[in-house]
Amino acid sequence: MSARNKELVALIPASLLVTAGFAGVFIQRSNHISNISLTYGAVFLALCVAGHVFIRFALPDSDPYIFPLVAALASFGIVMVFRIDSALARYQAQWFVLGLILFATTIVVFRDYRKLERYRYVIVFTSLLLLLLPRLPGIGYSANGAYLGIRIPGLFVFQPAEFAKIGLVIFLASYLRDTRQVMVMGARRVLGVTIPPIKHFGPVLVIWGIAMVIMLLLHDIGSSLMFYGGLLAVLYVATGRVSFVVVGLVAFALGSWYVSTHVAHIHDRILAWEDPFNAHLYNRIGGSFQIANSLFAQAAGGLFGQGFGQATLIFPGSHPAAYLLPAPQTDMIYAVITDELGLFGSAAVLLTYLLLIGRGFKAAVLSRDSFSTLLAVGLSSVLALQVFVIVGGVTRVIPLTGVTLPFISYGGSSIVANFVLVALLLLVSDRARRPVP
Amino acid sequence: MNGPIGKLFAVVVVMFAFLVAWTSRWTVFEAKSLNENPLNKRTLADEVRIKRGLIRADDGTILARSVPAAGGTWKRAYPTGSLFSQAVGYSNPLEGQQAGLEQSRGSELRGLQQGLNAVFGQTSSQRFGDDVYTTLDPKAQQVARRDLAGRAGSVVALDPQTGAVLVMYANPGYDDNHPLAPGGTQYNRSTQAGYPPGSTFKLVTAVAAIDSGLYTPTTTIDGHSPITVSGVPLSNDANEQFGLITLSDALTKSVNTVFAQVSEKVGIGRMTRYMRRFGFYSQPPLDYPPGQIRASRPYNSANGRAFRPGSPNEDIGRIGIGQGGLEVTPLQMAMVTAAVANGGKLMTPYLTSRVVNQDGATVETIGPSVYSQVMKPSTADAVKQMMLKVVEEGTGTPAQLGGISVAGKTGTAQIGPQGSNLTEPWFVGLAPVGAPKVAVAVTVDTTAGGYGATVAAPIARDVIQTLLAEGR
Repeated sequence: MSARNKELVALIPASLLVTAGFAGVFIQRSNHISNISLTYGAVFLALCVAGHVFIRFALPDSDPYIFPLVAALASFGIVMVFRIDSALARYQAQWFVLGLILFATTIVVFRDYRKLERYRYVIVFTSLLLLLLPRLPGIGYSANGAYLGIRIPGLFVFQPAEFAKIGLVIFLASYLRDTRQVMVMGARRVLGVTIPPIKHFGPVLVIWGIAMVIMLLLHDIGSSLMFYGGLLAVLYVATGRVSFVVVGLVAFALGSWYVSTHVAHIHDRILAWEDPFNAHLYNRIGGSFQIANSLFAQAAGGLFGQGFGQATLIFPGSHPAAYLLPAPQTDMIYAVITDELGLFGSAAVLLTYLLLIGRGFKAAVLSRDSFSTLLAVGLSSVLALQVFVIVGGVTRVIPLTGVTLPFISYGGSSIVANFVLVALLLLVSDRARRPVP
Repeated sequence: MNGPIGKLFAVVVVMFAFLVAWTSRWTVFEAKSLNENPLNKRTLADEVRIKRGLIRADDGTILARSVPAAGGTWKRAYPTGSLFSQAVGYSNPLEGQQAGLEQSRGSELRGLQQGLNAVFGQTSSQRFGDDVYTTLDPKAQQVARRDLAGRAGSVVALDPQTGAVLVMYANPGYDDNHPLAPGGTQYNRSTQAGYPPGSTFKLVTAVAAIDSGLYTPTTTIDGHSPITVSGVPLSNDANEQFGLITLSDALTKSVNTVFAQVSEKVGIGRMTRYMRRFGFYSQPPLDYPPGQIRASRPYNSANGRAFRPGSPNEDIGRIGIGQGGLEVTPLQMAMVTAAVANGGKLMTPYLTSRVVNQDGATVETIGPSVYSQVMKPSTADAVKQMMLKVVEEGTGTPAQLGGISVAGKTGTAQIGPQGSNLTEPWFVGLAPVGAPKVAVAVTVDTTAGGYGATVAAPIARDVIQTLLAEGR
């Protein structure tokens, strides 16, 4: 079977998922079935098929499983968002359309994505600017103490970190392709630790500094961990030196220790993480209410979950609505998934991400040039870290910070940016798998 | 660069394994403690969406029902209010408060399924609880309230043949529609109050004396007064002197000195054994919240602590006449009477007769069960005859009913400081003597010199009359 036919067949799970999911929600709300809502599912499937047809023509040699895995996650996401708030699902569907348009545009414009290397400094400075935008008065705003979004009143809300992560990865892949040899060759060993030459390691230190500044300025550990982890992953693959990673982790740990003791909002998050059921913390604004209720929601789900549409999100009969789980459609969507589908459902979602990340690494392995390899590694790692940061936060593995669950959480920036990320992965894999003439 | 990529992927797999492990921790391993966490309002959210079943009296009168509230939730209404509040209790899940049958039969009223039904039964999100039928008799309950006439006190009536609780009324009560309103109390005197039983306890002493073979109803005992019991003089009411008197006559005339001697002769060991069989020293196994029911037993007046059963420090002579630190519930005295009425076989008391689901099918029937064989049937018969004489010619004549033979025993416990005339009047009775259908215990709190015969016995008579008139 050709790669593209495999892709088409692999879309079947996504279509089954979206059909079964909507059917489940409809059965639950049998008293108000509407044709309008049914069309969501149909439109969504049509979009998936359109994406497939586009790939068939544009990237015939690309990995056949990346797009179906994304489609499965996205179809699952739209069912969840629909179930939480059917009005939001309509916007989410619109974001999918925009995401697919940018997906196609990326593939058409950057068909030879290696020309991105030429603009690496433009890209990195744009990314840094984007990251700092939320701090600008007038358009920047903070949510729960973290400065993650900008708002053009009446137009849109935008989370620049979602795009900045891609820009930073492109820069790193390009920069380390050039310098990875010198970094290892020119390294000196001091007290058994390999120290790379400052001249070449400098930009890496800059990224570390940026991660720290993000934490300090934007008050967000989650995004910093994502950027910094992506950096370490690319650095490790580029140089093969574990010692760089160890030094990097120590540096990050020191930085986070400083920030967590000096930024009140992050300190609160850590206290809430340590002791979510402390009554004092629980009742405090910005305290542990969110993480504690995330755990309660997961406990309610158990092994098999309560079923689609069965989780309690709002206390019944409460006026105004008392949310049992704040931000169910974004940060907390994994807790809602676990509540409704149980351990098995959420493990299946995690496995889908793992397969997707695995396909990304596979593209990296197959690539024939260093830039492509490092780009694919960076993009896959950032995706993996983003999932880890939000799911780890919701399950109390690490302190909770607000990043989206890629393709599943409600949110335009997240959907669109991650579609661009996937477009780049497909571009890399198409080039890697293209038969050598 | 492929080696590091493989290792990097391994790290990602490990990180995701952590995520799955932690999700398992909350969904499976620590789910129970999370579900029971007091901060967790989810269980409450489920609770208020359940339409709890009805609670009905024996004749079908609705004692509790669910009415719709905001947002698809339900709340409870109690049409009979304070008449049944002590037995029925109330349920307010939002405040985490519940009492009475609403609590003890909560899982039935919520319709919690068990076994296979729990897995396959709950297909609908709309949940209905099952209806609970109680054994309570509204007419007799009404009579109990009327006769207590606002005085503090308690009336408990049992069906001695089954253990069904027919009447459980106590003053003061509360309106279970407004359980926290000032002036009401949820303290149920029928099951929670510890009163000195006075002479009604002589029934227990008589049972132990006759059943152990040491005495017969005709055994004669010296009834002079005062005598020394545990080093302290004990006298009869008004220091009345009786010469040699039979055990039966001593009960008829409620002679303290005789029963104190008998109790001392029977001894702590035997008395304790019979008291245990009657249910003393342990919480009555009523289908009622354990926090609202207490064990009847003697307490050490020196330190207020309960005596260990059979403790040699108990003043067994005074316990034998219902003093000596004995604190009993009206329910316990009704159980004593019921055991005598039912040929010595004490039935387990119960408030719920059956549970009926929304389709009208009976899903659970609470049948009679034996609590203990307290005494030989011959002993029960002998004591019953002695009690009959109490009502026919002794202290209990105000309990007489035209045409129906009532047997009983009065009690007038002296309470309050030495020399005060405060009393706790009691009457326990059973009827009809031939084949008893009703056993009743009545007490009125702290009267100024009131006697069991004049204060409590007429209430018992009216309740017995009402219950028998209804075909019991």
